[in-house]
Amino acid sequence: MDQLSVQHLLGIKYLNTNDIDLIFKTADHFKEVINRPIKKVPSLRDITIANLFFENSTRTKLSFELAEKRLSADVINFSAGQSSVKKGETLIDTVNNILSMKVDIVVMRHGNVGAGVFLSKHVNAKIINAGDGTHEHPTQALLDSYSIREKLGTVKGKKVVIVGDILHSRVALSNIFALQLQGAEVKVCGPTTLIPKHITKLGVGVETNLKKALEWCDVANVLRVQHERMAINYFPSTREYTQLFGINQQILDNLDKKIVIMHPGPINRGVEITSDVADSKQSIILNQVENGVAVRMAVIYLLAQQVKR
Amino acid sequence: MSAKALLNAKDIEIILHRLACQLIENHDDFSNTVFIGLQPRGGYLANRLLHLLEKEYNAKDLQLGLLDITFYRDDFRRRDEPLTATKTEIDFLIEDKNVVIIDDVLYSGRSVRAALTAIQSFGRPKNIELLVLIDRRFSRHLPIQPDYKGRQVDAINKEKVLVTWTETHNEDAVYIEQK
Repeated sequence: MDQLSVQHLLGIKYLNTNDIDLIFKTADHFKEVINRPIKKVPSLRDITIANLFFENSTRTKLSFELAEKRLSADVINFSAGQSSVKKGETLIDTVNNILSMKVDIVVMRHGNVGAGVFLSKHVNAKIINAGDGTHEHPTQALLDSYSIREKLGTVKGKKVVIVGDILHSRVALSNIFALQLQGAEVKVCGPTTLIPKHITKLGVGVETNLKKALEWCDVANVLRVQHERMAINYFPSTREYTQLFGINQQILDNLDKKIVIMHPGPINRGVEITSDVADSKQSIILNQVENGVAVRMAVIYLLAQQVKR
Repeated sequence: MSAKALLNAKDIEIILHRLACQLIENHDDFSNTVFIGLQPRGGYLANRLLHLLEKEYNAKDLQLGLLDITFYRDDFRRRDEPLTATKTEIDFLIEDKNVVIIDDVLYSGRSVRAALTAIQSFGRPKNIELLVLIDRRFSRHLPIQPDYKGRQVDAINKEKVLVTWTETHNEDAVYIEQK
């Protein structure tokens, strides 16, 4: 029971409720550790972790690196910006590099869906998916649920609406899996062009009216408008998007309850969320960042336990 | 599995009184002293001892923290069973304090070694002492000895020393079990 049922963290869909409980309980301990004067434990002294980021990332990469260092692991970083990918490095070449570096755990972000699964089949290391294309971003979903649990006591029975660009969002998909696994109700809200056609098959509701969605929910997880993934226009203008789906203080004040506001970052201030909302007491955006380190420490620690000596 | 009683409730009470007096002798009014119980089992002994000091010996404002040493152990990935952590509750700094680490049984000394590393995350103490109820003196793997001990036991490696408390097992007692 004190061990994960999986060998790698490739997506939330491979986890069960016991895994999530175990990750959260372990994260509770690490949250206490990272609030000590000396925020480091020596558990992973003989573990080497490679962070392979084929897509740009700031906070996820920092969060993982900090989590690894707080656990005393040796860390190597490999960042391939878009230009390096264009030079023609294939994933299999990278795999061979990893093999020769004898790393125990690989944290990977990649633009292609299923990159983590591919890697897990070809390399003798634990794989943690830090985002694969528009597919999954499991640690983000775990830290989101952990933050809801911390704020509201439990995730079970809570109503969560995910607002914004669902179509291009790996955060949305992983969140849907994680929230449903823990017994929350999920709706998505956004322009119809940014909501996948068959999303209701996952058991989530669709709401295109922001006000109705906010009236229904306990928690609103607001996603970033991902301009970089949009080759065509999915809505007429940013201004129109903001008018219809942007969350401002006035909308929140008109609700008869105080809902919790979340955002995975980075925020487009004034587009999907206004500054006063992002910095308000209802927002737990910075708690999410702090919890991200604790949750990632838990995931790394639990997977490292399975590394053979 | 057979168990032999080593200490009964009366014996333990006498020992606790003696340990309390020894602590007072060395720490006076405890104004610069903090107590750290090692989770999970050292916590019970620490709570008992502090309760006694406050109730019978008029000690005031004693500071007790509970320390979990799981992430500092030297057998991570070396055991068949995964290690499970418990909670650490230390809401004070130990910078320049006299620290008394409390555990129920001192066996190999590895837990205390881990505790000595872990405690440094909360500051640099002035000095650290070790208090145990049972000292298994022939079983040490490391050069670690207690400053205060309830009873010294010459148990062999095949035997297990089990400390029970009223809070958890409905009785204060110490048994030696054949594994």
